[in-house]
Parts: sequence; C-alpha cells; structure tokens
Amino acid sequence: MTHKTLIPIGPYHPLQEEAEFFQLYVEGETVVDMDLRLSYNHRGIEGISETLTWDQVPYLVERVCGICSASHPLAYVQAVEELAGVEVPERALYLRTVVNELERIHSHLLWFGLAGHFIGYNTVFMWAWRYREPVLDALEIVTGSRVNYANHTVGGARRDLDEEMVRAIRKCLDEIDKPVDMLTTTALEDPILALRLKGVGVLTEEDARRFSALGPTARASNVPIDVRRDDPYAAYDRIEWEVQTTPNGDVFDKVVVRLLELRESMKIIRQALDDMPGGPIQADVKEVPAGEGIGHVEAPRGETFHYVRSNGGPCPERHKIRAPTYNNIPTYKVTCIGQSVADVTITLAAIDPCYSCTERMAVVRDASSGKYLMNFADLVRLSQRKTEELRKKC
Amino acid sequence: MAILDKLKLWGLKKSPWIYHLNAGACNNCDIEVLELLTPRFDVERIGVLLAPSPRHADALLVTGVCTLQTKPRVQEIYEQTAKPCLVVCLGACACTGGIFRSGWHFAGPVDKVIREVDPDAMIVYIPGCPPKPEAMISGIAQALAKL
Repeated sequence: MTHKTLIPIGPYHPLQEEAEFFQLYVEGETVVDMDLRLSYNHRGIEGISETLTWDQVPYLVERVCGICSASHPLAYVQAVEELAGVEVPERALYLRTVVNELERIHSHLLWFGLAGHFIGYNTVFMWAWRYREPVLDALEIVTGSRVNYANHTVGGARRDLDEEMVRAIRKCLDEIDKPVDMLTTTALEDPILALRLKGVGVLTEEDARRFSALGPTARASNVPIDVRRDDPYAAYDRIEWEVQTTPNGDVFDKVVVRLLELRESMKIIRQALDDMPGGPIQADVKEVPAGEGIGHVEAPRGETFHYVRSNGGPCPERHKIRAPTYNNIPTYKVTCIGQSVADVTITLAAIDPCYSCTERMAVVRDASSGKYLMNFADLVRLSQRKTEELRKKC
Repeated sequence: MAILDKLKLWGLKKSPWIYHLNAGACNNCDIEVLELLTPRFDVERIGVLLAPSPRHADALLVTGVCTLQTKPRVQEIYEQTAKPCLVVCLGACACTGGIFRSGWHFAGPVDKVIREVDPDAMIVYIPGCPPKPEAMISGIAQALAKL
C-alpha cells in the first residue's frame, strides 16, 4: 500500500524570493503530484493602468517585474505605437535594443547565480553575481538607474547615448567577456553541475510544444522560438545573430542555453553600438485614437505580450498583460512529477519563474446582487441553491 | 527589567541577522537585497547575515506593498520574530504603497500593518525605488546607531 504525504513549500520559504505556495504530494522520496497557489503578489496592475494616462503607464508596467523592467514597457509602448500609427526614429530602435540586451545579460547571470544557490553550490552564486555588477554599472550610466530603467516612452527613447556612455558600455562588455567564457566552460565541464543537473526535470520537445512553453524553457527543449527573430521589433532585423537551442530539455540544458544567449546578447549590443545611426530619438505623438494595439517582446524569460484598447480618451480603456511565466508554469506537471524531492527545487527554479508578473485575479460579478467576488464556497452555495430551485420546479 | 531591556537592545546592535520578507514586491528590492550579500557589497564582513527563519532574526527586511493575501502572514511572521527586533520598510512600496497605492489588493503600508499587532514596533524607513545597496547599508547602520 502506498502512503501519500503532502509537503508544503511556502508561502515564505528560505529558498524563495517571492511569496508562492507549492504543495508537493510525495510517496517516499518521489513526487507524484503537485499544486501551486498564487496571488500573494497580486497588485492589480491592469486595473491601476486604466486610471493612468498613456504616458504614465510605462513607469507602472516596468514595476510589474523588477527583472524584466525593460521588456514590459517596451511591449506596452509598441502596443500604443501600433494603435496610434507612430513611426519610431531609427536611433531610438537601436537604443531600445541596447537596453533590452543589457537587461537580458543581467537577468541570465542573475538566474545562473540563483540556480547555483538552489543546488547548494554557492561559489557559482557569488561568481555569477560578481560579474553581473559591471552590467548594472553600464545600465546605471546609460539610464540613470540600476534596475528600473524608465528608458522607453511612446514614440521613442527618453535618454540618448553620448560618446562617453558608448565607451562605458564597451568597457563593461570587455570586462565580462572573459568571465562569461569562464562561466560557460565551467558549466560545461564542471562534474558537479553535470552530475547534479543532467537528466533532471526533462521537458521533451513534444511537451514543450504541447504546453506552449516560451523563451529559454522552450529553446532548451529544441524548440527554436524567439520573438526577436519571428516578429522582429526594435533593431533586431538589422543585426546578425542566431537563436540558440539545446537538444535535451533537462535543467542542465536550460543552464547552457542561457549561457549561450549571453554571448549572442553581447554580440547584438556590440553591433548595435557600431551601426547606431544619428538623428532624433523621439517621435512626436499627438494623440491616441480609438482602437486596439498589441506589442510583444522577447523578455529574458520568454515572450511578454501586451494588449491595449483605447476609446480615444487620455487613459487605456483596457490593458492586458501576459507574462512568459504564465505559459511556463504548467510545464511543472511533466518536469516535476516523478522527480525526487531534492531535485524539485532546482526544477521549479529552472523556468526562471517570476510570479509577480503572473498574478491575476478574475472577478465574477453577479448581475442581480451586484456582488463582486465568488470564491469556491460561494460557488458551492450557488450550485446548491440552484439545485434546490430545480428540485422545487420538478 | 529596564536593565534587561537595555541589554537586549545592546545585543541587537552587534551582527544583526536579517530576515528578508517579500510582502508583494516586484523583485527589484529583493534582488538588491541579495546583491548586498554578493562580493561587491558583501555585508557579511560587517556581521550582517541572512537568516533562514524569522525566529533567528534581529531585523525584518520588508519589501513591497502589503497585499490582502500577505497581510495576515506578515503579521504572523512579525509575531514569530524574536523581540526586540527592527522592522525595515525597504523601498517606496513598503514605506507608503508607492505606485500601487490605488490598487484594490493593497492592504495598507507595512508600518500600519505591523502597528496593528504591535503599536510599539521599531520601524525604519529606507525610501527609493529601489533604494541603492549603499542606501540600504547606510539606513540599517544609522538605525542601529540610534538604538
């Protein structure tokens, strides 16, 4: 006879940066089922966004998630630009590319460090975060802030690069050139990482397609999906680079694919700095007409999607955000089940989850009573009442 | 009793162990807190250590807006922390609610939530979105100097 035990992880747990709650059902050491409870970080951003003007929203959406704080505003401004039919100056497109790729480098190094931390290999954590610092310095020089960049605005970019900033970015890239090589070689050759991560949390190519996985999670399973190539935005279609994929889909491949992407990002930034044309950085946006627009951006974790609808007024009428973690979370059902408990922590972290991006709330409003929220108990009561009514009629 | 309280406060000054509590943040303050532990800032050299449990902690580092879901949990964690303890409101959201103040899921700034369970709590405010790591170190150092 098997005996199932429930292991709760969270909402506050030393391994988690954010508040989330996992329930692991285990038989012995093996996880047989799992469940995930969210909404601790829900802040109602879509609702707040509908009370702000078109120009204010980028500074709200960059606070959706602190690590994708260049991708969310870019997706939003692209949606508004599509809606208003704005032609963005060429130089602004290159500036956007540079900021977004710097963000990708910092995010991937951050994740690599945390992955080391999760498997108890703190050397990796310290080294990766040490080499992330020059990137943050470059971002601070370029945008004025280490993490919230406030660089994208409807119609272009807010800050221009001068000679000194370009030199600073190049210096930062030169500074992390060798460390990135070192980290990649270490990851590929280190026996500890290989033993610990190979064959753990495998997401097959078929499952990745079935669950519509996005970003590095899909690319590690040999699914070459990347918005930067599939529907180019900013200056990605004018730059030579390649989508990186790895064949196996285990956690080890997810590490490798991110380290390979670091190289590509550095290549993209160098080309963008070389080819950057002169000219203005902002288009004049007069008004936002009624209509709908969408924008999507390849964030470090996958495709970020923004939808805006306007009624011609000063604020968005509807603003919908879909973050990549929303698509990647269901892959836990295949990657975690069958693993031992010790391997689950790193498997949960391997999609680079960002729960503050993902939290949503669906509100059910009863038209007759005007009541807003229905929880499970309310639904049960409603169903019982309706059944009673039906019985009476019969 | 007064002497014992003074002794406890004196004990708090040396090597404060911190517990990091995300009450509904955007991760920015959180990665900056982790940044403190990594080689450039390395606060471990001055005795600050990240504690895995609130029961071991001398200071609670609270980041983010307090949402309706996290409010009871923040209060519970405060009650579990060994007293006397410092509560550090890190970032604009924890201090005032910041940009998310008008959201429906906002349960009140962290100081108000904590004062509901303990009116005499020692609360430190470090504003910024997010505060730079240097500002965090300086804020905590100033607070400890005042004890």
